[in-house]
Amino acid sequence: MTVLDSIARRGEVTIRDLSKSFTLNGRRLDVLRGIDLHVPGGEVLAIVGPSGCGKTTLLRVLAGLEEPDRGDVLIDGAPVHGIGRQRAVIFQEPRLLPWLTVTENVAFGLEMRGIDRATATEQARHWVRLVGLAGFEAAYPRQLSGGMAQRVGIARALTVQPEILLLDEPLGALDAMTKLTMQEELARIWREQGVTMILVTHDLEEAIFLADRVLVLSKDSGTPPRVIDLHLPRPRDRSASGFVALRRQLMAAFGLH
Amino acid sequence: MTLQSLDTPDFATPPARAILARAGQGARRATARYGLLLGFLALWQVGSSVGWINATVFPPLHLILGALWEGLSSGALLDDIAISLQRSGLAFAAAVGLGIPLGLFMGQIRAVEQALDPILQVFRQTSALALYPVFILLLGLGELSKVFVIFWATLFPVLLATIGGVKEVDRKLIEMARSYGATRRAVFLRVVLPAALPSIFVGLRLSATTALLLLIAAEMIGANRGLGFQVMNAQYNFQIPLMFAAIFLLALFGLAANFALVSVQRRLCRWADAG
Repeated sequence: MTVLDSIARRGEVTIRDLSKSFTLNGRRLDVLRGIDLHVPGGEVLAIVGPSGCGKTTLLRVLAGLEEPDRGDVLIDGAPVHGIGRQRAVIFQEPRLLPWLTVTENVAFGLEMRGIDRATATEQARHWVRLVGLAGFEAAYPRQLSGGMAQRVGIARALTVQPEILLLDEPLGALDAMTKLTMQEELARIWREQGVTMILVTHDLEEAIFLADRVLVLSKDSGTPPRVIDLHLPRPRDRSASGFVALRRQLMAAFGLH
Repeated sequence: MTLQSLDTPDFATPPARAILARAGQGARRATARYGLLLGFLALWQVGSSVGWINATVFPPLHLILGALWEGLSSGALLDDIAISLQRSGLAFAAAVGLGIPLGLFMGQIRAVEQALDPILQVFRQTSALALYPVFILLLGLGELSKVFVIFWATLFPVLLATIGGVKEVDRKLIEMARSYGATRRAVFLRVVLPAALPSIFVGLRLSATTALLLLIAAEMIGANRGLGFQVMNAQYNFQIPLMFAAIFLLALFGLAANFALVSVQRRLCRWADAG
């Protein structure tokens, strides 16, 4: 990458020697051990691994919701601490405010960032339409299906126009059919917005469908994290031979067949 | 993705029939809801007139209504109503004015809540009526001790409900707001307060009921005006219809307070009914 390139390309994430441990019942649990990672701007990185491997913790550190014990997170070359405007998080649960309508929920993120209500609502309307929820602007969260609610959560994150979208198993709670539609949706959003996406998932197929690279974390301290490059053309076809081969390879890495 | 229609207007049924059907439905619902109450009142009236029940203890309703009308039209009861509403109202307002802000504060700061909770539990479990003599010793037999004993009992429902409401706010929603850079103030105003509102209203309704319950007790000791005093006084003078009139008035105020609070709650928490 040339210097010019790196200036033009925003949303670059670098992790240097990142460690984080928790104390559980008096026992120290090293969740992340000296992780180094570079994610160029506009890339989709999927983080996979068994539960307890620290993938969600890594994402939460990137989001600024947790402080690392050691190491740095750099965004566009500058170290960051805490929550920042370059990043937006999409959680596994939609986390909508039940007392706000769809539009108000989508506008919420902008309002929290100091945009006045009228402007925020205006922009929110645009994103509500973009995620396919036209006609539901005035609905309350409890009137929505799971997939629709998650679309609202996605719209809320996109509305603040982040450079980096952090997704914590965003489709994990959806049914299989909705999940497939939403994966297509995420691929489209990424194509149109050109944001960096870091996606934690336990669904290997989802990782292969969306990601440029897959970071595989393991639970035992002996195995270092691995990065797998996915050289697959886009848009991706789940039944293409390359796709199937990669899925088999990844599943084998997890001891599945 | 399901595209369910949010409001389903009845285009299929012609208007006249729809109105009739709705009226019929309304009547049925009213019967189901108030039928038993009306039956109870009818049984009272008939039973008392015919002599199934002791008419001196349970006078027929028309005598009670007559006593009520006389009390109201002569203005004798109006005085009692005014002073009673003033006592309950003052105590309730003070309890709400202290209970909600204190509850919001305590619910958010764990250390404060943990430090204050044991003493609150002790206070709460100590009957306000048992403490009434203490309040009288401290504050005298005047208005202050009456209002204070009502305030004391009224404070705890709203305070504890507010603390509970704040403590039960979904941490994940707070984290979501924080992830968008929400300030503490914004988290409080936009997430904590609206989330705690339904619970606060439960407390308000309990407190309003308590304010009226305690009113009677407060007015039975050392009062010479007020609905509670009238209940006792009418009994001493064997004006049983007047006694029941005062009791009915109190029940009516309780219902009115509850109705008012529920209406406000519906307005403020419309999102909870949607769907």
